Amino acid sequence: MLKGGALAGAAALGGNALSKAGQQLQPRAEVPHLHGAGGTGPFKDIQPGGFDPTAFATEFDRGRVSQLPSGQTLREYDFVAIDKEIEIAPGVWYPAWTYNGRVPGPTIRCTEGDRIRVNFRNGGSHPHTIHFHGFHPANMDGVFEIVDPGRQFVYEFDAEPFGLHLYHCHTTPLKRHIHKGLYGAFIVDPAAGHEPAREYVMVMNGFDTNFDAENEFYAVNTVAFHYMRHPLPAVVGERIRLYVVNLLEFDLINSLHLHANFFHVYRTGTTLEPGEFTDTLMFCQGERHVLEFEFRHPGQFMFHAHQSEFAELGWMGLFDVTDA
Amino acid sequence: MSRTRSAGLIGGSVVIVLLVGLLAFLLGRNVGLERAAPPIEELTIQRIELPQAGLVRLNLVNGGVDPVTVSQLMIDDAIWAFDIKPDATIGRLGRATIEIPYPWVEGEAHEIVLVSSTGVTFDAEIAVAMPTPQATAGWFWRLGLLGFYIGVVPVALGLATYPFLRGLGSRGINFLLALTVGLLVFLAIDTLTEALELASEVPETFETSILVWIVTLATVFGLLAVTVRRRARSGTLSPLAIATLIAFGIGLHNLGEGLAVGAALATGAVGLGTFLVVGFTLHNITEGIGIAAPLLRGEPRISHFGGLALLAGGPAIVGTWIGGLVFSPFWGALALAVGTGAILQVVYEVGRLVTRTETGGVGLWRGEVLAGAAVGVLVMYATALVVPA
Repeated sequence: MLKGGALAGAAALGGNALSKAGQQLQPRAEVPHLHGAGGTGPFKDIQPGGFDPTAFATEFDRGRVSQLPSGQTLREYDFVAIDKEIEIAPGVWYPAWTYNGRVPGPTIRCTEGDRIRVNFRNGGSHPHTIHFHGFHPANMDGVFEIVDPGRQFVYEFDAEPFGLHLYHCHTTPLKRHIHKGLYGAFIVDPAAGHEPAREYVMVMNGFDTNFDAENEFYAVNTVAFHYMRHPLPAVVGERIRLYVVNLLEFDLINSLHLHANFFHVYRTGTTLEPGEFTDTLMFCQGERHVLEFEFRHPGQFMFHAHQSEFAELGWMGLFDVTDA
Repeated sequence: MSRTRSAGLIGGSVVIVLLVGLLAFLLGRNVGLERAAPPIEELTIQRIELPQAGLVRLNLVNGGVDPVTVSQLMIDDAIWAFDIKPDATIGRLGRATIEIPYPWVEGEAHEIVLVSSTGVTFDAEIAVAMPTPQATAGWFWRLGLLGFYIGVVPVALGLATYPFLRGLGSRGINFLLALTVGLLVFLAIDTLTEALELASEVPETFETSILVWIVTLATVFGLLAVTVRRRARSGTLSPLAIATLIAFGIGLHNLGEGLAVGAALATGAVGLGTFLVVGFTLHNITEGIGIAAPLLRGEPRISHFGGLALLAGGPAIVGTWIGGLVFSPFWGALALAVGTGAILQVVYEVGRLVTRTETGGVGLWRGEVLAGAAVGVLVMYATALVVPA
């Protein structure tokens, strides 16, 4: 008998944590895959100093803020397309095309009605654009105004509607430009704001490292199994808000399943009334939803794609829930 | 005389010095030939073993120009922890062993993908998961028995037809000899195909398929040289000598068959069944008849038959042992190349026997000769259809 796959191992941990609800939390080192003694999950970690998915999950780029003469808020961003090798799983390097040297690109965060100005410079080796989801004029759509290497373009539009959106390169061949890493999340808050919550951004993605039009690795926020090695912190009773965007290429659908809990679904984040209360949600490419929930029990709780294949190829993580 | 020799010596030294200089220059830096492209990675998974429940073991060879680092491993579409020795980075022509603690399922298929540091993938398949036999006495005995059944028994059965063949007239004998040529041609092609197939499993750097051709030709000409000398001494080759040559060539072919069967059993690609044994028996009986055919013109002793059966069939036993325990496609390919050469040389010898009228033959364009050759090929083809390996 094997020492326990990560799934089985973590399930055992969850059960253990439940039975001791209200008591001490398990030491994290007991997660079996960390030892490399068997089970799913890479047995090493990525090199320090590179892209950090832990930091990324809570990083919201609000831009350089100023007031236009009309009183409207202006948020300015500088985006540079850069070719860069990134570490997508411990020891595996991928020749990515990035916005600002990272995949996903920065999470743009603004309020509905803000004026957004993105100064885009193409420092890469291929033509690129930025195509934002949302209302904007045709020439701001990042489709026909191809930005050649070394050239610049300024995207300017008003942020609407409120909700959870995305941006990505729209240069052909589309599949390659998206899959290589040119995408990110674009959050437009409602004018009245949100209830306070612990917020995480999760961009679901994957990487086809041998270029056979199938993903070898899956993840949220690029690095396979990152949140298995570094669980996301949470506190019992505290509201958690997830901004989940699916940018997975090649596979038709993706999904998110939360263990031992249920969440409210705000589809595309464009309503303030939840449309669904569930623990498993399906996403097409480009679909994104805001999820809200709270934990009733302390312990380690898994979240992952409910396509077992994606889960075991990297799209799997943990919440580490402590008592209030 | 000594002047030309010293001139030659000087000339030779100059060429060597220039060559060394050129190599030093090319291997040095900045000669304008550096590769800008990413490294070309080549990794061959040479053997997959399932030594016990919950453990998969892989043997790797880096056949490429550049070192390869194995960073991740997937088994059945799941990233899995593994242990690699001596190091995750495998140098040019270097080897490594990977152990995966994975609960493989007996009788089912598993797929393994290695991912290098640059994201290049290398695939391997476990067609039917079966515990890899360990080198125990029992396994040794079973393999040997199998080799005996598929090699020695059918050849001996074929040789046992000798008393019945004795009654044949000269046309019948020529038919049988031609049949032997036909079956040998079939075996030569079959053996060469096997050799080239094995060669394709060896990393390309070793250029094994070229070696297969060269070893085949070298064997043909080497054996020809031996027999030509022998013939010059005694005028002609005795029927027993020709039968021995045939048995030797067929023996090398059967070594190859043993290798294939042993390796297939060890990796679970073929089940050890009655069907396998029956197929090989039918197939190899014809070989025994082929060995017996030239003896119809001589006065063989009974002990000769035993020796010939062992010479032709015995290597199948050795083959199953090697294939089932320590199989290397490289040496396997070369052994089969020797077999091909030996068989081709026998084709020549038996062909002489049939077609040279001064040695009692009748020439090529006779009905019984052409019919014999055709029947030889057809019988081998038909019986090959029942061999699953």
